[in-house]
Amino acid sequence: MSKTVLEVTDLVRHYPLPKERLFSKPRFVYALNGVSFKIEEGKSFGIVGESGCGKSTLARNVMALEPTDSGSVKILGEEVVGKSFGELRPLRQNFQMVFQDPFGSLDPHHSVGRIVAEPLAALAPLSSDEKKERVADVLKSVGLKETDIGKYPHEFSGGQRQRIAIARALITRPALIVADEPVSALDVSVQAQVLNLLRDLQDQYGVTYMFISHDLAVVEYLCDEVAVMYLGAIVEKGRTEDLFASPAHPYTRILLDAVPKPAAGMKRDRIRLSGNVTGQTEKRKGCSFQDRCPMAKEKCRNETPELKKMSPDHFAACHFSKDLMSL
Amino acid sequence: MSLLDVKNLNVDLLTAMGPARAVRNLEISLERGETLGIVGESGCGKSITALALMGLLPDNATTEGQILLSNEDLLKKPEKELCTIRGNRMAMIFQEPMTSLNPVHTIGRQVMEPLRLHRKLSKSAAYEEALQLLDRVGIPNPKERINNYPHQLSGGQRQRVMIALALSCSPDILIADEPTTALDVTIQDQILELIQTLVSEEGMALILISHDLGVIAENTQKVIVMYGGTVVESGSTEQIFGELTHPYTQGLFAAMPKLGMGRRERLTTIPGTVPDLINLPPGCTFTDRCPLMTSQCGGTIPPVSNLGTHHKVSCHNIEQAIKARTGGLYQ
Ligand SMILES: Nc1ncnc2c1ncn2[C@@H]1O[C@H](COP(=O)(O)OP(=O)(O)OP(=O)(O)O)[C@@H](O)[C@H]1O
Ligand SMILES: Nc1ncnc2c1ncn2[C@@H]1O[C@H](COP(=O)(O)OP(=O)(O)OP(=O)(O)O)[C@@H](O)[C@H]1O
Ligand SMILES: [Mg+2]
Ligand SMILES: [Mg+2]
Repeated sequence: MSKTVLEVTDLVRHYPLPKERLFSKPRFVYALNGVSFKIEEGKSFGIVGESGCGKSTLARNVMALEPTDSGSVKILGEEVVGKSFGELRPLRQNFQMVFQDPFGSLDPHHSVGRIVAEPLAALAPLSSDEKKERVADVLKSVGLKETDIGKYPHEFSGGQRQRIAIARALITRPALIVADEPVSALDVSVQAQVLNLLRDLQDQYGVTYMFISHDLAVVEYLCDEVAVMYLGAIVEKGRTEDLFASPAHPYTRILLDAVPKPAAGMKRDRIRLSGNVTGQTEKRKGCSFQDRCPMAKEKCRNETPELKKMSPDHFAACHFSKDLMSL
Repeated sequence: MSLLDVKNLNVDLLTAMGPARAVRNLEISLERGETLGIVGESGCGKSITALALMGLLPDNATTEGQILLSNEDLLKKPEKELCTIRGNRMAMIFQEPMTSLNPVHTIGRQVMEPLRLHRKLSKSAAYEEALQLLDRVGIPNPKERINNYPHQLSGGQRQRVMIALALSCSPDILIADEPTTALDVTIQDQILELIQTLVSEEGMALILISHDLGVIAENTQKVIVMYGGTVVESGSTEQIFGELTHPYTQGLFAAMPKLGMGRRERLTTIPGTVPDLINLPPGCTFTDRCPLMTSQCGGTIPPVSNLGTHHKVSCHNIEQAIKARTGGLYQ
């Protein structure tokens, strides 16, 4: 029986919106509405979904970087929700994060060497030679040069900064890496290097990944399992092969269809999402995807679909999954 | 006369270790309503090129050459005039939305400002227009979101605010630096469609920088492929995608993960890293990573071969490169 590295149960996070008037009713962005999943050791779990659907919020809450409204996050069996900063500190070497915004997350006043070495501080003290060696090693493994150690973030291009951020997350060899769009700022050749690297690290050290990306080809390449999110909830979840081969939620199907293909030339025909992005500021009745779903029926407006088992490892929250899969 | 003519543009960035030659001998010409894609490895000078066109290079930069916008050289214009041009004729979507949005102002204020300044709209008209722009780029419930600060938005929502800002002045030329990298495919689709509408209906010219070759293929007519600060291949999008020729271009395509490829294979990579811009070889910048490298490559600048009407490739070993098209140079 393999070990569970990350277990998330019913995670909820609602952000208050600025009030229009002093006494108006408080309004919220319903960013996460009860998300649950599990990742086994050495596996990669992909999270895809529309921009604004709550992926980064989920990552921040898993990493205990902001207060969670309710629910539980267990990393290596240990609860992190509700722990204080001090209590979390020794745990942090086990889980590291690569942030979505590579520039915002790198301190502009620190040299690359210092930025990358920073997570080592929480470990047992290392000699400065050892430290240097670890930094040089990890920089090399993400395709940067040793001479880059003394440089500052602004001297790098967007993609190079992202590699610095990845190096920083890798340096403590954590059990869990939460990576928020780690390769979307990289061009394909560096992206290929980084993806191969992430996979090698997994083979060598058994690292577990929670991997957020909007690039489905990247997710397919790296992840054993995928969850598709829509408006703060998981709408489909399963083994990557199953989910990509026979999507059971119309949103997944549309995502797969919308991937631009280099061979296709100028715009091709495809199913498009109708309607606008649904707001997240009201709670509503029925399926969250109803406004934009090409197959929505009366039932979808009234009943919220639960995540249902399609096959042993494949779950979807749609009233008409069966119809979709037989199309 | 083209709308934009870039002639022999060179940009050097002064660093502690000496000048880094970020862009060399770059040529671009762009007509109204034309779309140009720029692709290339991270660090090859795409953003620096874009910033040079906008007159927004960092202080440590020096430039040479000409950037002619309707025959007027932007490199000779004083900052004040450039500022007006940026407000009215050229706009840019920056690669990093968080660093180009002001964290202490609401997004509404930031979108309204150029509308009031450059289009001289009244406060209420600017407010209405801002709501409309935010709606067009797919920000849900703009009425509520207009009072949010940048940190209260998701990565992709910030990027969409940036796009709204760039489109607010109906520019003649839009330079979009990785405009959709943080966006999922469906919203990407929606934004690119909006940009395409402006191209076809208002004759806006577009320079699209992206490492997503699918996005480039579907949204541009011409492409330049950059490596180490220079253009190694250029042509119509069909030519480039149909007849990948330069060894670097071939590598770029080989490295791309493709949907349906599954998890068994490893991704192809181009071994090595991008050249140090401070110690560039005098000849071809791709030399030390090129599988077709021969003795003359590093020392002399490669000749430009014309493969078709506008299809140009800079390579010493063009014959071998053409032969390798079917093979798979990187195995
Ligand atoms: N302010 C600066 N000082 C010194 N060097 C710089 C500076 N800004 C960028 N560079 C260097 O110039 C080169 C070109 O950078 P540029 O930002 O144009 O790359 P890019 O092609 O846009 O890459 P990416 O795809 O990663 O965004 C890089 O090697 C970078 O390290
Ligand atoms: N601090 C905050 N205050 C208010 N709302 C917020 C805050 N942070 C995030 N949100 C909102 O919560 C929702 C989810 O945001 P999140 O950053 O998790 O999206 P995401 O799925 O990561 O999107 P993207 O792909 O664009 O990065 C968005 O609508 C966002 O505007
Ligand atoms: Mg995000
Ligand atoms: Mg760039």
